Amino acid sequence: MSALSFEFMQRAALAALLVGLTAPAVGIFLVQRRLALMGDGIGHVALTGVALGFLLGTAPVLTAVIAATIGAVVIELVRQQGRTGGDVALALLFYGGIAGGVLLIGLAPGGSNANLLSYLFGSLTAVSPADVVLICLLSGALLLTLTVVGRQMFAVCHDEEYARVAGLPVRFLNLLLAVMAAVTVTVAMRVVGLLLVSALMVVPVATAQQLVRGFRATVVVALASGVLASVSGVLGSYYLDTAPGALIVVLALGGFAVATLLGTLVRRARRTTDIAAPVGVALLPQEAPR
Amino acid sequence: MTADVIDLQDGSAGYDGRLALSGVDLRVEAGEVVAVLGANGSGKSTLVRALLGLLPLSSGRLALFGEPVQRFSHWPRIGYVPQRGGASTGVPATVREVVATGRLARTGLRPMRAADRAAIWRAMDAVGLAHLARTSVATLSGGQQQRVLIARALTCEPDLLVLDEPTAGVDAENQQALATSLGALVGHGATVLLVTHELGPMLPLITRAVTLADGRVLHDGPPPDSDHLHLHDHDHAHPVHDELPSARGSAWGLR
Repeated sequence: MSALSFEFMQRAALAALLVGLTAPAVGIFLVQRRLALMGDGIGHVALTGVALGFLLGTAPVLTAVIAATIGAVVIELVRQQGRTGGDVALALLFYGGIAGGVLLIGLAPGGSNANLLSYLFGSLTAVSPADVVLICLLSGALLLTLTVVGRQMFAVCHDEEYARVAGLPVRFLNLLLAVMAAVTVTVAMRVVGLLLVSALMVVPVATAQQLVRGFRATVVVALASGVLASVSGVLGSYYLDTAPGALIVVLALGGFAVATLLGTLVRRARRTTDIAAPVGVALLPQEAPR
Repeated sequence: MTADVIDLQDGSAGYDGRLALSGVDLRVEAGEVVAVLGANGSGKSTLVRALLGLLPLSSGRLALFGEPVQRFSHWPRIGYVPQRGGASTGVPATVREVVATGRLARTGLRPMRAADRAAIWRAMDAVGLAHLARTSVATLSGGQQQRVLIARALTCEPDLLVLDEPTAGVDAENQQALATSLGALVGHGATVLLVTHELGPMLPLITRAVTLADGRVLHDGPPPDSDHLHLHDHDHAHPVHDELPSARGSAWGLR
């Protein structure tokens, strides 16, 4: 009997597909700015939001979106200040987020360790029909936003000062990226879990970098490998009876290892071809690469 | 009569209350190729950042193309070529992708049209990098990377080109290539503000040189004459020559 004949698995698989698309799509800009660990920090803060949801008896996903967004905006504002000690401020925020979350879940009437674990590492049965609707709406909004402002976002992440001279709304785009990262974390929370969500934002991008050279190409390969890891991780965790988040991340890392090996072989092959055809190379007015 | 491209009056600016630029007047007319010279710490970079609106003036007035900088909104008219170095980011990008970001100043949120794509190719052609369009910028040499940044500034077809130390760390051959690209632009009537501590092959293009020291204008006039400098190495009180101790050896090829 196929895993997908269960409704909860259909929901989990759909959520995995969307998470596999959105997490690397937003993550690539974080990696570009060398803020790869920002998703981690937001995940920590989101846990407090989840716990607040339990405590107040509202939907945890909703309170998580709010907490994560506030956390992300605070992180971005601290970053814009550029002061030394900013990283300590961030660390305080992260630890406060996770400690507050664990504490509040313990206090909440419906809170249990099983509940906590499902938020930290993802759960197949956790994705309710209402969650699927919310995940669809939020990831739809994320992908739509990225298709509209993606080029501007690339310019800002590539060279912030130049983007300001070019008249782009740099502050707004920076805050927008922070908010998008927060929404991504919450979207991915049910499937991958808060502690591992950042991996799905970063690892597929790193995988793509092993294989391709341009930004656009990196986006395509990262999305493909993100979807592959998250969907096969969700399906595989049904058969292995493990937390889906862990399997997704292990698969993504496996993909990275394979890509690294492939990339090395391709580069070596290219170098050999270059040596074999020195005449053609010599005809081009090239400078020595650094 | 057209307004001055740059009109800075009694401009002061600095960081954390310490003035790096004090009471500087600088007017640049259309078609001029002005070199801003000076030793490290003389205020060159501060001047550029202030002119581009990246650093607000603490006092003084600045107008760009006749409009006060606070109200200036025609940023596509200005092409900025920042100092290279440390420009690499976490994700590789091709030459074309980086150059294309320059066009965003004109397109805004609308999609790229054929005219935009043509402008991007023209810009890459102008710096002789069209054949490397699909190459990752990170694999290029320093001089080529500098030309990528110039092409990026050219995509919005600017009326004023501001270059910050474009030849720093670039070998002689590529400095010549840069000078050739820039010469072609000047030939088309571009106004150029070039910040540098070594003119090198750019010298023939320069119509005027402004020398800064300790945040003030020390000399503003015709560019240093290369023959003159070659003949008189030391002990000569040429205003530009003398006040540039750090530039003396390397700048005019007297090393």
